[in-house]
Amino acid sequence: MPIIATTEVATDLPMCIATEGLSAMFGETRAVRDISFAIRTGQVTAIIGPSGCGKSTLLRCLNRMHETVPGARVEGVVRFEGRNIYDSGVSAIGVRRHVGMVFQRPTPFPTMSIRDNVAAGLKVLPRAERPPRRQADEIVETALRRAALWDEVAERLDSSAVALSGGQQQRLCIARALATSPTVLLLDEPTASLDPISTQRIEELVYELRSQLTVIIVTHNMQQAARISDRTAFMLAGELIEYGPTNAIFTTPGDSRTEAYVTGRFG
Amino acid sequence: MAGLAHGAGARGVSSSVRPGRRGGAQGALTRRRFVNRLMIALTCAAALIATLPLVLILVHLLRLGAGAVDWTFFTRMPVPAGEPGGGMANAIAGTAIIVAMASLIGLPVGVGAGLYLAERRSARLATSVRFLSDVLNGLPSIVLGIFAWQLLVRPFKHFSALAGAVALAAMMIPLVTRTTEEMIRLVPVATREAALALGYTKWRTSLDIVLRTALPGIVTGSLVAVARIAGETAPLLFTALGNQFWSLSATRPIAALPLQIYTYAISPYDDQHAQAWAGALVLIGLVLVISVAARFATRSRFGRGGD
Repeated sequence: MPIIATTEVATDLPMCIATEGLSAMFGETRAVRDISFAIRTGQVTAIIGPSGCGKSTLLRCLNRMHETVPGARVEGVVRFEGRNIYDSGVSAIGVRRHVGMVFQRPTPFPTMSIRDNVAAGLKVLPRAERPPRRQADEIVETALRRAALWDEVAERLDSSAVALSGGQQQRLCIARALATSPTVLLLDEPTASLDPISTQRIEELVYELRSQLTVIIVTHNMQQAARISDRTAFMLAGELIEYGPTNAIFTTPGDSRTEAYVTGRFG
Repeated sequence: MAGLAHGAGARGVSSSVRPGRRGGAQGALTRRRFVNRLMIALTCAAALIATLPLVLILVHLLRLGAGAVDWTFFTRMPVPAGEPGGGMANAIAGTAIIVAMASLIGLPVGVGAGLYLAERRSARLATSVRFLSDVLNGLPSIVLGIFAWQLLVRPFKHFSALAGAVALAAMMIPLVTRTTEEMIRLVPVATREAALALGYTKWRTSLDIVLRTALPGIVTGSLVAVARIAGETAPLLFTALGNQFWSLSATRPIAALPLQIYTYAISPYDDQHAQAWAGALVLIGLVLVISVAARFATRSRFGRGGD
């Protein structure tokens, strides 16, 4: 896989998501502290940092999943498509339709077939946007192809999704997230529970997806961040320590803590 | 650190001692094997004793009741005492109606309450409801009969099938509530989050994803609850009362298998004793059928899970 950390080609790509003074709380604990940064459209952005540094929580603030945890709160602003997604008039459901998410462990719906899993998000679209059955089948096929799973499941779309291997299940979850055509895809350590071969397939997939949508990936695997991302954010104890082109973060970090982490002195 | 040194020391001692006390080590091994076999034998015996009552009951019922179970038992009405023959058609129909009505009341309330308890796990109301539901589960069934009598028999001045169904539903609700809650809690949080992240609203996540994932377990729990109430006698004694005649009305006294068995069993006539045995056999057969159905309900719709 000839993936080399890309240097930043264009610095003036449009902003996709930008946070301003974003903090996330679990009860009294502040997991994300006053983070302001901007994600560029059509790039892969990696968020790295040691366990418990708040990187997953930051990711979950970007599609309003953080607030689904009892006692969780968000302060600050997240701009997406020109609006603050935490404004009182904005629906979390609508945000999540445009900002897809895939989790650490594969989460296929066990009662549904492979086809129904991929189409699950389509069923809850507003009535006007809901595709008719024939079109839904096409969308399912396209999504499975984009997730590089079509060839493996085309013959058994009606069998159970939990019969797939872990890596296939994770690509199924990516296909499910892609089916509703989100503009952003959030990946929360998507390869953490997978074997090396499956991991490589997902990484290739992420690399291919970047031309079609914006990807933000949380990973504890620095090599992975270096391989697949255009920009990298390094977090420590809930704070954003450094954010910049992946190449720069890994070769000429500006902060001594970033350097210590990426050279493996702690983490 | 001390533990480590101690462990290393102990190992050193035992290895240096072993050659000299070979017989002792061998003896300890023999003793452990003996204790192991003894414990396996004891637990195996306990397991056999646990199933013994069911086996004895089945054998006994088949021996005494099978003779009286024929086609007429299901199709004929009871005959007056002293006359041979007759059947329990009205009691079988009555049990079906009471159990159906109790399920219509008990299942939706039980499943709904279980869903609420699982979703609002630590709300103060949920904690109280969970506790009260456990208390209700522990109430003697005759108390539920008295409750239904006070509620639905006394005000209307006559016994009714509905009153019996309400008493049975009150028994059923806590059972269904707790199994539903347990089954829903078994659905991983990750599955729920995956649905939310796809743009499912909270209530659609609960109904379309969580409840559907937990459904086989809930169906099993519900069938077990149905089987449990189908054989209850005490709650029906002064609610449904029993009826020697054919009645399917919800507002009139109705016959039921357990009541009929009770009436016949305490009568002095041999014919009626035989009928009671037969009724008991049919009742137990009904419960077994429901239990087997519950087992089938747990199987996934994708068969063996693989392809």
